[in-house]
Amino acid sequence: MSAIYILWWRELRRYTRSRAQMIVSLGQPLLYLLVLGSGFGHVFQKAGMGNYFQFISPGVIGMMVLFSSIFSGLGLLWDRQFGFLKETLVAPVSRLQIMIGRTLGGATVAVIQGLIVMILSVLFGFRPQNWLAIPAAIGFMVLIAVCFAALGTAIGSGLQDMQGFQLIMNFLVMPIYFLSGAIFPLTNQGVVLSFITRLDPLSYGVDGMRNVLGAPNAAFNPVVDLIVLAAFGFAFILFGAWRFSKIEI
Amino acid sequence: MIRVQNLVKTFGSFTAVNDVSFEVAEGEIFAFLGPNGAGKTTTIKMLTTLLQPTSGSISLDGLNPKTHHNQVRQRFGIVFQDPSLDGELTAWENMELHGVLYHVPSKIRRQRSEELLKLFELWERKDEQAKKFSGGMKRRLEIARGFLHTPRILFLDEPTLGLDPQSRNQLWSHVKRVNETEKVTVFLTTHYMDEADRVAHRIGVIDHGKLVAQGTPREIKDSTGTETLEDAFLKLTGDNIRDESASSTDQLRQFAKMWQKGGR
Ligand SMILES: Nc1ncnc2c1ncn2[C@@H]1O[C@H](COP(=O)(O)OP(=O)(O)O)[C@@H](O)[C@H]1O
Ligand SMILES: [Mg+2]
Repeated sequence: MSAIYILWWRELRRYTRSRAQMIVSLGQPLLYLLVLGSGFGHVFQKAGMGNYFQFISPGVIGMMVLFSSIFSGLGLLWDRQFGFLKETLVAPVSRLQIMIGRTLGGATVAVIQGLIVMILSVLFGFRPQNWLAIPAAIGFMVLIAVCFAALGTAIGSGLQDMQGFQLIMNFLVMPIYFLSGAIFPLTNQGVVLSFITRLDPLSYGVDGMRNVLGAPNAAFNPVVDLIVLAAFGFAFILFGAWRFSKIEI
Repeated sequence: MIRVQNLVKTFGSFTAVNDVSFEVAEGEIFAFLGPNGAGKTTTIKMLTTLLQPTSGSISLDGLNPKTHHNQVRQRFGIVFQDPSLDGELTAWENMELHGVLYHVPSKIRRQRSEELLKLFELWERKDEQAKKFSGGMKRRLEIARGFLHTPRILFLDEPTLGLDPQSRNQLWSHVKRVNETEKVTVFLTTHYMDEADRVAHRIGVIDHGKLVAQGTPREIKDSTGTETLEDAFLKLTGDNIRDESASSTDQLRQFAKMWQKGGR
């Protein structure tokens, strides 16, 4: 237990130490909120889809949580390169505990980042149907964060260098984001696209947030969102733990 | 305490450790000597559950690292050759994290961290991030951290690399102290033959992955007919300079192999 706690604490410590990075990482979601939010608003409304800013806010929150959590999972790569990974791998603690500590730490950081984006979106005019829905939305953020921190760990366990990292960012993380319905509605899509979006865990996370926050164009039932996302999270933790236990230095 | 039989590790077509066998008794200080790239670190990685051997067997305190990795990890401590600090954390936080991972009770943890940081002259800068330290200070922190808990077996992989004579002296007297008072078995590598001669009870010399000599420093000098361990070492391993990495033709060959495999 103490091992899980200390590794969780380490992730938070690193986060609070790197203010610059924290601020830089908020740039992208801000851009999406402000540029997309105001640029598409008109077309969106005309198409009878409702208020685009209301629609995209949960999507951008989901994006922040996705990027931050998967980034922290992939942080394994840095720990490998700077050598700290070895220190944890020889410690008399099971690799499962190490993996869980890291994952929960990365997930916590991601949720904090998501909350900051949520606050920003409210400042810019986002209004949930009911302020009491916020805890439920945070619940979805936690699930998204755990899901992708674990997936990041699973992938990071096999990465040896920066090239691999770039590849993952471009060919996995960006598609996860774009195909999740974060920026366009999942309703009324063609068969192929709607099939692919249903394989994307983030779809359920963002949709879940839309459901509880009362944002327009939610596609599934919130209970379905919850169950599917939790199942993905569980599977990714098992997968990540297994991959992590196989690391050789 | 440590028993290694016919240990082999290959990376692709390159054999880094080639049929090595040796034993280290409980309470012994064993120095594993060899030129760069001889296979010392690779051997230590296999002993400490970081790498799986290609073949051969290892037993640490009667346990197989492959099947009982958790129990094995409870028995050893290690100072790595390469950096292993978290540079974002302070010296003190690095110590704390290590102490918690190794289940050192908080009171003892704080007390020993203070003692060790003072011993290795880092106490004044304990609240600075490790990434801001000089090479020598980082090294000292790694060593201080390695001594925070008392393991049954201590692995030291070129611990004195980049240390000034004062710190080296501190290190070896500390190693001797824990060896004598706590019966800690020590497995070390170093390029300083005088250090090995002074602290080690027994020595193994490895070259190109093969163990070429084994015995007390006296025995090794006698068998080679030399006066100093340095001369004995040079006689055993030749005097051409080695590279840490596999020779470039080896690498090329390995690369070609990977290429062929990938192409099919
Ligand atoms: N992961 C690896 N892949 C390929 N070759 C490796 C790997 N690790 C070590 N080697 C090679 O094995 C040899 C032994 O290395 P090492 O055990 O680090 O030597 P040293 O005795 O200097 O500690 C070197 O030639 C090194 O290049
Ligand atoms: Mg080495």
